[in-house]
Amino acid sequence: MSPSPSPGPAALLRVARGGDRRAVARLITLVERGGDTALEIAGLLPAADDAGHVIGITGAPGAGKSSLTGRLLACLADAGRTPAVLAVDPSSPLTGGAILGDRVRMDGFAAGAFVRSMATRGQQGGLAFAVPATTRLLAHLGFDPVIVETTGVGQVEVDIASAADTTVLVTSPGWGDAVQANKAGLLELADVLVVNKADRPGARDARRDLELMLDLGHISGLEARAGRRPEIVLTVATTGDGVPELLAAADAHRASLAAGDGLVARRRRGRRLELAATLERSLRALVDTAMDTPAGRRVLADVEAGTMSPADACAVLLAGMGPQPPRGA
Amino acid sequence: MAPEADEGTDTRAWREAYRRAPLREVPFETMSGVPLEPVYGGSPLPGRFPYTRGVHASMYRSRLWTMRMFAGFGGAADTNLRFRELLAAGGTGLSTAFDMPTLMGADSDDPRSRGEVGRAGVAVDTLADVEELYAGIDLGSVSTSMTVNGPAPVLFAMYIAAAERSGVARADLSGTIQNDILKEYQAQKEFIFPPRESVRLVTDMIAFTTAQMPRWNPVSISGYHIREAGSTAVQELAFTLANGFAYVEAEIAAGLEVDAFAPRLSFFFNCHNDFFEEICKLRAARRIWARWMRDRYGAADERSLLCRFHTQTAGVSLTAAQPEVNIARVAIQALAAVLGGTQSLHTDAFDEALALPTDRAARIALRTQQVIAHETGVTNVADPLGGSDYVEWLTDELERLAGEVFDHLLELGGGSILEGVYAGIEDGYFVGEIADAAYRFEREVNAGRRIIVGVNAFTEGNDEQVRDTLRIDPEVERCQLARLAAVRSARDGAAVERCLREVGACAADPARNIMPPLIDAVTALATEGEIVATLAAVLGTHVERIVV
Amino acid sequence: MTGAPPRIVLAKLGFDGHDRGLKIVARILRDAGMEVVYLGLRQTPEGVAAVAEQEDADAVGISMHNASHLTLGPAMVEALRALGLATPVVVGGIVPADDAETLRAAGVAAVLGPGASAPEVVAAVRRVAVPDDG
Ligand SMILES: Nc1nc2c(ncn2[C@@H]2O[C@H](COP(=O)(O)OP(=O)(O)OP(=O)(O)O)[C@@H](O)[C@H]2O)c(=O)[nH]1
Ligand SMILES: [Mg+2]
Repeated sequence: MSPSPSPGPAALLRVARGGDRRAVARLITLVERGGDTALEIAGLLPAADDAGHVIGITGAPGAGKSSLTGRLLACLADAGRTPAVLAVDPSSPLTGGAILGDRVRMDGFAAGAFVRSMATRGQQGGLAFAVPATTRLLAHLGFDPVIVETTGVGQVEVDIASAADTTVLVTSPGWGDAVQANKAGLLELADVLVVNKADRPGARDARRDLELMLDLGHISGLEARAGRRPEIVLTVATTGDGVPELLAAADAHRASLAAGDGLVARRRRGRRLELAATLERSLRALVDTAMDTPAGRRVLADVEAGTMSPADACAVLLAGMGPQPPRGA
Repeated sequence: MAPEADEGTDTRAWREAYRRAPLREVPFETMSGVPLEPVYGGSPLPGRFPYTRGVHASMYRSRLWTMRMFAGFGGAADTNLRFRELLAAGGTGLSTAFDMPTLMGADSDDPRSRGEVGRAGVAVDTLADVEELYAGIDLGSVSTSMTVNGPAPVLFAMYIAAAERSGVARADLSGTIQNDILKEYQAQKEFIFPPRESVRLVTDMIAFTTAQMPRWNPVSISGYHIREAGSTAVQELAFTLANGFAYVEAEIAAGLEVDAFAPRLSFFFNCHNDFFEEICKLRAARRIWARWMRDRYGAADERSLLCRFHTQTAGVSLTAAQPEVNIARVAIQALAAVLGGTQSLHTDAFDEALALPTDRAARIALRTQQVIAHETGVTNVADPLGGSDYVEWLTDELERLAGEVFDHLLELGGGSILEGVYAGIEDGYFVGEIADAAYRFEREVNAGRRIIVGVNAFTEGNDEQVRDTLRIDPEVERCQLARLAAVRSARDGAAVERCLREVGACAADPARNIMPPLIDAVTALATEGEIVATLAAVLGTHVERIVV
Repeated sequence: MTGAPPRIVLAKLGFDGHDRGLKIVARILRDAGMEVVYLGLRQTPEGVAAVAEQEDADAVGISMHNASHLTLGPAMVEALRALGLATPVVVGGIVPADDAETLRAAGVAAVLGPGASAPEVVAAVRRVAVPDDG
């Protein structure tokens, strides 16, 4: 069985620029798989492109991230814009499989938008490794904004703040979301704070709690570091109430970044962290390869038997690796 | 908790109730002629609080359970014909199954309805269809059961309007409408509006029947579908009763007296393969309901305490492999339902895992009930298993496990079961628990730790195929579309508009009861789809949180 | 590159709400290392096809219990082809043996009957869902 030869990345990119959705989808698959093809695609994109707007949406499981994203898509369509969404869900650490269920809440509103689900594939922190490369691709193809929904696994989701220009933290009333987020340091990362489910009792209290925590942040100098006190928006994702205000707040944040050197600084930081992640991944791949040789297995056996110390083994293995050409992870 | 009645009082009261009960004209003795007492063992006795052993003192000695079979397929005229046959054959109750578009509030000419019109039940778009469905049947003398949930108030309005136009007053109507929306979010997924808005419609219907239709059961609280979705028996028991408590709390919050409506609440359970667990589940259900109604909700009328239920054998337990073996499964499940004291029973046809049941398979299913009722002798003695250490222990244990679920919901809801159920729906608690249970079962079967005859063991003979399955003629869809088009063009469009506006206005005002404007709208021949769309514009629609 | 997990879009077409089977299949495929885009209930062939396009899916799995598989199964295949996608379609649920033939003739890649075991499900999906390495 020989599948018809698929077009190469350059050809795909050309077609994708012309608006072909299949080509966009295919390119994302290639970026996501990594390797040389992903590097090739990255190389085809302008190096420092400050166009576009990447909005990260994070928050506890069930806070309403997907519902809000869906409503944002409707708002954006009304405004004549063409958004894209990357919806990230966790891969199973045991089997590598994943169930990606976010887009169901968006599809009803997504006419004209491009929505793609992505599994974390072993990456920690609520994002998939390929997210920065994919958002760059989508922004380059003219999608504006590119919205990234993080997993909501409840862990600290710091990565999103480096992968997005604007980070939106979604909380809901009555569940201690705000307090949890504060404890986890998430408030420091948020550019816009949302109290969703504002139709529920306690929304005003939740808002007050957030204000209070921000006031404390003001005292501790947090606001000075972030540059700007995050706006708080109340929304009801099930009806769309407050969603235009949320969009306005995100746009205003983007504008304020662009007015100063904020955007440049963020994207620099993003690239720095992306480099670190890529490096880490490449090193891990090198290590895995080195361990999977006869020499590697011998050293491992010695360490397991206690006849060689882990430190000595490490030195032996590192010496065996030598300098290697860079690889897309 | 109030002390349970002492032994002497309990026995005296039971004896008195038994003496007053009419008895069937059959000998209550074994096949060898050994005469039998109506019940063995001591307190608590059947028909006595907390009703563990049954809701009546004499149980099946007075009246067998109702043997209910579904009818509903094709167009209204086809089903009407089947109804008349059933009535001519001595039936007194009609059970109506609607097709999927009707159950989801969509008209037959909605593009989403393509291929589903008249398939799994009868297609209803307007009052004209309901009038044809029950044409020539005296609705004042039969009892009708309607299996519909999401758009229940609309179908109910059509039924009332059809009856009144045929000269039967609404107060004289008797029957049941399933109308249990909470389990839809948890299991069957036939919801339209968001949970709170839907529960408001349910409370409106309960308030309406309480005031105007004393012989109508406005909700049948159903565990059946929870089980079919893959839950365990404990989950079925706990979630169903919790839903019942939720409706009670909603109704009390709406200002009704508990004893005004609670006697009309009834239940619908599943009966699966684990014989003793199913029996104990039904016994525990009666006991929990009675205790909670008396102690938590302050019910004083004895009828408010009774958990009366319909049971259906477990469709999900039927196998496509060696389908005739399903006859044995159904028989055992039906026997458990009877030993568990059911008031009414539906037995599945053995070919249902393959397609809609054939006449022959449906007849065998009914005959199975008749064998249990007339040949096995299990009807002679109430709760014949009561008093067995095992059965009493397992009943207690299931009650305890259900209690853990109630505690969890009370915690989620800050002391309210209703709020706990809403929270559990919203955060995916119910669907998550059910999906976990279903997957666990599946894995056990796949790993061979759980044997399913003909599926993962004893598979010799598996390649015989049952080919004789019922098919619905695609012509049905074409006819229904033509009927609907004719109704649309003949009606007074301005009147329809006016009525729909009134439905919308009423929906927007939670203080008003939705039923009167619905009855006006269906009388003006507004379609089900139009009315549902009008309601959805005000109440919103629901998309569930995906929990796989 | 090898080792990329197959990406499968799972959905139920039509109004019927029995999603127990579909959810179990979703977990089975996840546990076999696949990425499942789960759309759940009440999808249309056109909607599922649009999703398959955006997700660059390697297969589409649809589940049906409402006796309308003969209408909706072929409609699913057509909706994909209308977008120029060759994505294979797997149909599961209550499908009598005669109808399985008809579905295959209409371009459905595999049919899983009501009694399909987990290994059968995984094998069928693996067979049709080959992530192409273009
Ligand atoms: N009442 C109310 N419910 C909401 C609101 N927003 C979301 N929900 C409900 O909250 C639940 C979760 O919504 P999702 O949008 O799936 O939340 P999420 O944050 O994307 O969830 P995960 O992706 O699973 O972490 C759903 O049942 C929604 O219907 C809101 O504003 N008000
Ligand atoms: Mg989500």
